[in-house]
Amino acid sequence: MGILEGDKVTRFFGGLAAVFDVDFDIDEGEIVGLIGPNGAGKTTLFNLISGSLGTTQGEIRYKDQRISNLKPHQICRLGIARTFQSVKLFPNISVFDHVFLGAICGAGYRIRATDAQKKAMRFLDLVGLSARKSELAKSLPIAEQKRLEVARALSTEPQVLLLDEVMAGLTATEVNSFTSLIHQIRDDGTTILLVEHVMQAIMAICDRIIVLHHGVKIAEGLPQEIAADPKVIEVYLGTDAYAQH
Amino acid sequence: MDHTRAFLKTSVFPSLLVLVLATLPFYTPPYTTVAVTSILMYVVLTVSWAMFCGPTRYMSLATATFFGVGMYTSAVLGERLPFPLVVACGGLFSFCIGLLTGFICLRLRGFYFAIFTFGLNELVRNFALWWEAHVAHTVGRWLVLVDSLTIYYYMLAIVLLTVFVTFLIGRSRYGLILYSIGEEEEAAAHIGINVTRYRIFFFALSCLFMGLAGAVMATKWAYIDPRIAFNSILNFTPVLMALFGGVGKIYGPILGAGVLTLISELLLSRFPYYYMLLYGIIFIVIISFLPEGLVGFMKKWRKAPAVAESIR
Repeated sequence: MGILEGDKVTRFFGGLAAVFDVDFDIDEGEIVGLIGPNGAGKTTLFNLISGSLGTTQGEIRYKDQRISNLKPHQICRLGIARTFQSVKLFPNISVFDHVFLGAICGAGYRIRATDAQKKAMRFLDLVGLSARKSELAKSLPIAEQKRLEVARALSTEPQVLLLDEVMAGLTATEVNSFTSLIHQIRDDGTTILLVEHVMQAIMAICDRIIVLHHGVKIAEGLPQEIAADPKVIEVYLGTDAYAQH
Repeated sequence: MDHTRAFLKTSVFPSLLVLVLATLPFYTPPYTTVAVTSILMYVVLTVSWAMFCGPTRYMSLATATFFGVGMYTSAVLGERLPFPLVVACGGLFSFCIGLLTGFICLRLRGFYFAIFTFGLNELVRNFALWWEAHVAHTVGRWLVLVDSLTIYYYMLAIVLLTVFVTFLIGRSRYGLILYSIGEEEEAAAHIGINVTRYRIFFFALSCLFMGLAGAVMATKWAYIDPRIAFNSILNFTPVLMALFGGVGKIYGPILGAGVLTLISELLLSRFPYYYMLLYGIIFIVIISFLPEGLVGFMKKWRKAPAVAESIR
């Protein structure tokens, strides 16, 4: 039985099906990649899981509890945290306070202030930002802003972490260190679902990959299966007939 | 050195100020007490406005509404209840109407929230006008008079309460939470903050102090009608005063309210005909040259020599 399951998840925007009839089943401790061309519905699916958007049809379950159409803060407190495609930090709040806020508001919100401070420092250490804890978030370079978003999400004590293009726009070295960070997070017991365009990273870290195209799931499987899947190659590279022109 | 300055700022200055204010009526003419009462009133309105609107950056233009609710409470209950209870009821009713307002405008943000609150004041004023004319068969109401010294001390107590509560919020985790809502509401919701609940509660809390101030001030003004009680000028004054002082720190709005009220009193007595014109010009100059308010200006002024040194 998976920790996070989707059953015919559908979301319409007017007449457009941004996500249509998508089934998924994510097991505890997995790293699952969600890929697809632009506009495939990856971020919409994230928004449905995290509560930013409500589902039109279908249902999302977390540990057998229906979570679709709950509010974002309720879903967070149940144990699902996320990062955003375009970084959404609190620009004028210090690095430390970001993680402290997560610790006192997230799934472990009953925590005492002193414990929350310790916990915050632990997550800053994990992402390598403890030296910059007093700086304002807006003064960090983009790679570190993305790390801070991950630390803030982790500080809410999630069991499932949704990462929305955390590696986009990073250098190769930064992608490598992010890859090991993600492995570390999984080894600490968090299940990870990530949207990513950086193929090198996807292939290296995912246990399993789900491919979306025009809101529909077109493939699912191990990274090497996905890389060889003719339908996936077709949506990414076009058909032979098209290529001959 | 820094410690001494922090100690002066957080303990010595405030206590001295409170001491001076508490003993003011003993060595100044009665006029001063009356004038300071109106400064105190603006301090309450500005600080309570900034309590919610500062960190969350929701611009409320309904200060007059909640102040007016306090005034009408005072007018209606003044003869039936002892004064302290009347004032408490003024705050309580304001709080309840603040809660209701919060529930109604849950989904409104930015400009829409500002316009909604402004519209609310128009609605409440016109409703009160209709009610007074058709149900109560009156135009305005006379109040039970309270002597100016009592009014002064009540207002001082309300100022202290408002400032103290704002200080506590700023010190606690709630201050940080409100600030995070103002910085990036969606991210705040996704780290487990029930944004709606915080918005409603702290908006209503800020209304409570406006209501308390209204209930006291009504007895000073002696006569109110809906146009006086829900005067839209009072929707804007606290915003101007808070911006003038600077909304980041707790003493910004206090300073803004104090200085601007003094300026306007001075202008009103010296230049009765050009008062509004001069007030407007001063305000435009201040906003153009001090975008972060008095507090921001003082910070820059203090830092300037240090910067010059480091360049050398």
